[in-house]
Amino acid sequence: MSPTSAPSLHLAVALDGTGWHPASWREPVARPRDLFTAGYWADLVAEAERGLLDFVTIEDGLGPQSSRFLEPDDRTDQVRGRLDAVLIASRIAPLTRHIGLVPTVVSTHTEPFHISKAIATLDYVSTGRAGLRVEITARPDEAAHFGRRTVPLTDAHAGPSARELVTELFDEAADYVEVVRRLWDSWEDDAEIRDAATGRFVDRDKLHYIDFEGRHFSVKGPSITPRPPQGQPLVTALAQDTVPHRLVARQADIGYVTAHDIEQARAIVAGIHAEQAEAGRADQTLHLFGDLLVFLDDDQAEATARRERLDALAGEPYTGDARIFAGTSVQLADLLEELREAGLSGFRLRPAVAAHDLPRITGHLVPELQRRGLFRRAYEAGTLRGLLGLARPASRYSAANA
Amino acid sequence: MSKPLKQIHLAAHFPGVNNTTVWSDPAAGSHIEFSSFAHFARTAERAKFDFLFLAEGLRLREQGGEIYDLDVVGRPDTFTVLAALAAVTDRLGLTGTINSTFNEPYEVARQFASLDHLSGGRAAWNVVTSWDAFTGENFRRGGFLPQDERYARAKEFLATAHELFDSWRGDEILADRATGTFLRDAEAGAFAHRGRQFDIHGRFNVPRSPQGRPVIFQAGDSEEGREFAASSADAIFSRYATLKEGQAFYTDVKERLARYGRRPGQLLILPAATFVLGDTDEEAAELAGEVRRQQVSGATAIKHLEFVWNRDLSAYDPEGPLPDVDPVVGEEHISRGRAQVRMYRDPIAIAREWRELAAAHNWSIRDLVINTGNRQTFVGSPATVARTIDDFVQADASDGFILVPHITPGGLDPFADKVVPLLQEQGVFRTDYEGTTLRDHLGLDHPDAGTTAERAVS
Repeated sequence: MSPTSAPSLHLAVALDGTGWHPASWREPVARPRDLFTAGYWADLVAEAERGLLDFVTIEDGLGPQSSRFLEPDDRTDQVRGRLDAVLIASRIAPLTRHIGLVPTVVSTHTEPFHISKAIATLDYVSTGRAGLRVEITARPDEAAHFGRRTVPLTDAHAGPSARELVTELFDEAADYVEVVRRLWDSWEDDAEIRDAATGRFVDRDKLHYIDFEGRHFSVKGPSITPRPPQGQPLVTALAQDTVPHRLVARQADIGYVTAHDIEQARAIVAGIHAEQAEAGRADQTLHLFGDLLVFLDDDQAEATARRERLDALAGEPYTGDARIFAGTSVQLADLLEELREAGLSGFRLRPAVAAHDLPRITGHLVPELQRRGLFRRAYEAGTLRGLLGLARPASRYSAANA
Repeated sequence: MSKPLKQIHLAAHFPGVNNTTVWSDPAAGSHIEFSSFAHFARTAERAKFDFLFLAEGLRLREQGGEIYDLDVVGRPDTFTVLAALAAVTDRLGLTGTINSTFNEPYEVARQFASLDHLSGGRAAWNVVTSWDAFTGENFRRGGFLPQDERYARAKEFLATAHELFDSWRGDEILADRATGTFLRDAEAGAFAHRGRQFDIHGRFNVPRSPQGRPVIFQAGDSEEGREFAASSADAIFSRYATLKEGQAFYTDVKERLARYGRRPGQLLILPAATFVLGDTDEEAAELAGEVRRQQVSGATAIKHLEFVWNRDLSAYDPEGPLPDVDPVVGEEHISRGRAQVRMYRDPIAIAREWRELAAAHNWSIRDLVINTGNRQTFVGSPATVARTIDDFVQADASDGFILVPHITPGGLDPFADKVVPLLQEQGVFRTDYEGTTLRDHLGLDHPDAGTTAERAVS
């Protein structure tokens, strides 16, 4: 098969409840009462697929959402509660055909063995469209939901103790991803032989113990689930800071960076690529996506007014970690074109109001990018790896690699 | 007037990792591809079955220190498959086996509550226990659990999960745009559980699901297992599919319910059952013999004997006589990760009995395993099988069956096409779903909300 010409820009959308603005649920188009139904998520992902987007990410967490960084709050004026993201992705998979499905998994309190087979299975269910977004949690209240470790409450943004804790949780996340990846490779692709003559269903020489020993856990393997269709589903992670940059550099296929301008983007991209080389992965494709929260309207005044209205409803201006864009699709296309010069492969857009800004992305931004020759006009590959121009890797344990 | 006919409950067990699943048949398909699960689930729903059932195993089985390679090896993740099946079915219950040893209550409760939301109230949980360090080697906690604590952990795990399910009453989400009130109650989801196994507190972040709690299945058969089921389960996945054993088990377990203030209808007894259908009883019997030979190859027969002998028997000819050496008795077992190890408690006596049987019938090793191993539960024409099932249920030997075909994914189709219509004609099986949730199908109450949550935060 001849390689198809890849589009020059990749687009993902980050789904979280009714949207990323905490007052988004109060918009007339929002469907806050449907958040806990399959239909709500099916509709959003179908819309994203209509826009030919590369993939959707689905946010998750092991405690209620909070307006505070590391603690729960007692607010009743914002959306609280959410469904398991891996199960949402799996529920949607049979209803879609092309779009990648990238749920969030929390490495701090879950088992890499369970997550490895869950994402492998999502890859089977979606026939090659699975990924994961790994994240840590430093919230003491979430640790108390599990009770098997304590996490001290720290000042998230400063201080050596906070830094030490976060570094440890990210190191654990890197081990976690290593285990997940080894488990995906623990079955060679052709391990199932169904040799009726000898009565052997599998060739046990093509199943491998992973024998991972780390500081936080050890895992024997092999996986109970055969190697998934993509071989390695995509590992993605948000990198807003230098500690998470290391995780992205060491273990991810896609990193989301929250640069606020092109200079910052350039510096982050260079830093991550340097760490990638240091980790011995310079030959592997690592996509870096810019993360932006977007308010999209027909003119900038309208978008700005909507942002202000939502901020007023929330009682405070929403800031968050990513740059916030309020304007038209043409202006956003200009900004994306400018930012990609920093070495970004694409963008993950966080719709401020899912039911408003997602259709704007698919119905306005995408056609604008297509007009500029920057975005695909049809899905050109059957797997998420294919959409991102990534080859299907061989198992690290296969004889050919030994 | 005579007693009204009991309505039969039927479920479908996706054929799994053991020698009853025939993978060498030309009709056998993938055990991993989603299309197999989708076909199987659609057949079960077309037949108006109560639910689909998935088993679980968390480590590949080994024998003699090597991965066991003669049966189907490998399976997908239970939750993920069930969530995807919710997209291709509308009414079928979705039952998953989830181990209480290698999981944590907060996460499992979230997954089941999410599955219940995403399926519109069709989730069920088969709670199983484990203690072995062998499986534990795949998990953070390892094989730490003493065997006699496995039910203690399972009971407390389930009780804790119930506290989490009940931590939302179901009326907290107002989503009132005008007043800006999303939650009625800032404390929604608050829980605090302090016990020997778990000491956890905080806020559960999945609102109350359509069934309130998933349906709870229990599969253990020990004294403790029966008591656990009587106290906490909605259904038992039993292995008694003969009339006498079935009736004894049924009576025993249903009688235990009163101790917990429960009625007999609040716990369903559903044995696993296999079947072979033919146009006539004779044809079915012949076919059943062929299936048995497919299930027990020479190599499988030797491995099966090794469970009892607990030693390497690979030098023996499966078509020859039984070994004259005695089984090795001891704690170290040649096979790991499979239930059979625990089923042969006195290997010397079993070996003696088997040698006598083989000598009396002039059986080879393979003949012996074929003739003493699990037989198909229902063999016959569709009319015979329908009648046998109905008789079994009406005689209070069970409330129905969880059917395990020997072929994936099409093995259920003949049952759906030929036996189900006969049961419907007899008026003992539904012709359409009466409700939308699995609790509706099984005739179970919806659990009371609220009380546990109030206890938990007080």
